[in-house]
Amino acid sequence: MSDTKKVLTDPLVNNNPITLQVLGICSALAVTSQMSTSLIMAVALTAVTGCSSAAISSIRNHIPSSIRIIVQMTIIASLVIVVDQVLKAFLYDVSKQLSVFVGLIITNCIVMGRAEAYAMKNPPMASFIDGVGNGLGYSLILVIVAFFRELFGSGKLLGIEIFPLIKDGGWYEPNGMMLLPPSAFFIIGCIIWVFRQWKPEQNEAADFKIMDISHGEGGHH
Amino acid sequence: MNEYLSLFIKAVFVENLALAFFLGMCTFLAVSKKISTAMGLGIAVLIVQLITVPVNNIIYHTLLKEDALAWMGITGVDLSFLALLSCIGMIAALVQILEMVLDKFFPALYHALGVFLPLITVNCAILGGSLFMIERDYDFTQSVVYGAGSGFGWALAITVMAGVREKLKYSDIPKGLEGLGITFISAGLMSLGFMAFSGIQL
Repeated sequence: MSDTKKVLTDPLVNNNPITLQVLGICSALAVTSQMSTSLIMAVALTAVTGCSSAAISSIRNHIPSSIRIIVQMTIIASLVIVVDQVLKAFLYDVSKQLSVFVGLIITNCIVMGRAEAYAMKNPPMASFIDGVGNGLGYSLILVIVAFFRELFGSGKLLGIEIFPLIKDGGWYEPNGMMLLPPSAFFIIGCIIWVFRQWKPEQNEAADFKIMDISHGEGGHH
Repeated sequence: MNEYLSLFIKAVFVENLALAFFLGMCTFLAVSKKISTAMGLGIAVLIVQLITVPVNNIIYHTLLKEDALAWMGITGVDLSFLALLSCIGMIAALVQILEMVLDKFFPALYHALGVFLPLITVNCAILGGSLFMIERDYDFTQSVVYGAGSGFGWALAITVMAGVREKLKYSDIPKGLEGLGITFISAGLMSLGFMAFSGIQL
């Protein structure tokens, strides 16, 4: 049981798909200007990753390795079409806001990456949990980014007013930059910084170090 | 003519796929360590984008759109939900064909692009370009212009990014921010610079 728990929780912080594996960043940045869209996106991606990992894993012994990418791609694309149609049927407004980014789950590297790295080698149940775990790791970052962007950008969370705006007689002047694309880069950069201060083993090895010459005899090479 | 020029400029600067829509970010961050490789990948994306967007446009308009099958005498059929599957299948197939053609006729270019070509299949910028084309209902000429513009914009962004990162390795960065963190923040600054174009009305 502890194994299952580890598979599920490891991707949340220790092996987070966005901050450590650098996968699936595209949509993480684009849909996070509001909490509601990013929550829907997070649920959609978690569902697709879990189901596609389970499906690919259950037929993994029958896929010829030379065409495995195209097989994986077809399975993922079919699942994404299902998600897209469900969103269009029940949450039409949100699906309009998400525009092409639901479709782009197909090329989201998290889905492909987990299929290739985990589902091809492990039984369906474990793959499903691994997929869900990675989906949740992605969701965690997405929700953190969206929290800051919506709160400081428009003074709201999930559309409910938290900081009353000046134009409505309150005190908060919204920071318009938070709603623009660049702020997502800054917030993710800072999240990575926090994660790496907290867990120093995630630091990348530097290509080379700047030589410390302060206590040497000048800078000999 | 003017209309196409403004569509091109808009696709390159105002709606830059990498910096305004964050498409192809994974490769954008992974391959932007050296200017030469970044340029190679940029050119590959430009070529693939220039071919796939118009081809997907033809397929969408002759096969998938609502009532598009009228020329075969079939009406009332709407296959547009298959667009995702057909787009990604088309891209995968075209990249494969392009790889073979380049290998046969332009071996120098083939070796220069190397491992980047197959990687392009899973680059969201390519699929994103096709999906934007469908969403905005471009006609054929517009799709050619849009494909060229968006591909060029992406290539420009990754090349500039690589230039910044080559300088960045000499700077003294706080420990936890080294590598990925600072890359994100400098990409953010670049994106902020590109925001300046968004006021341009064409």
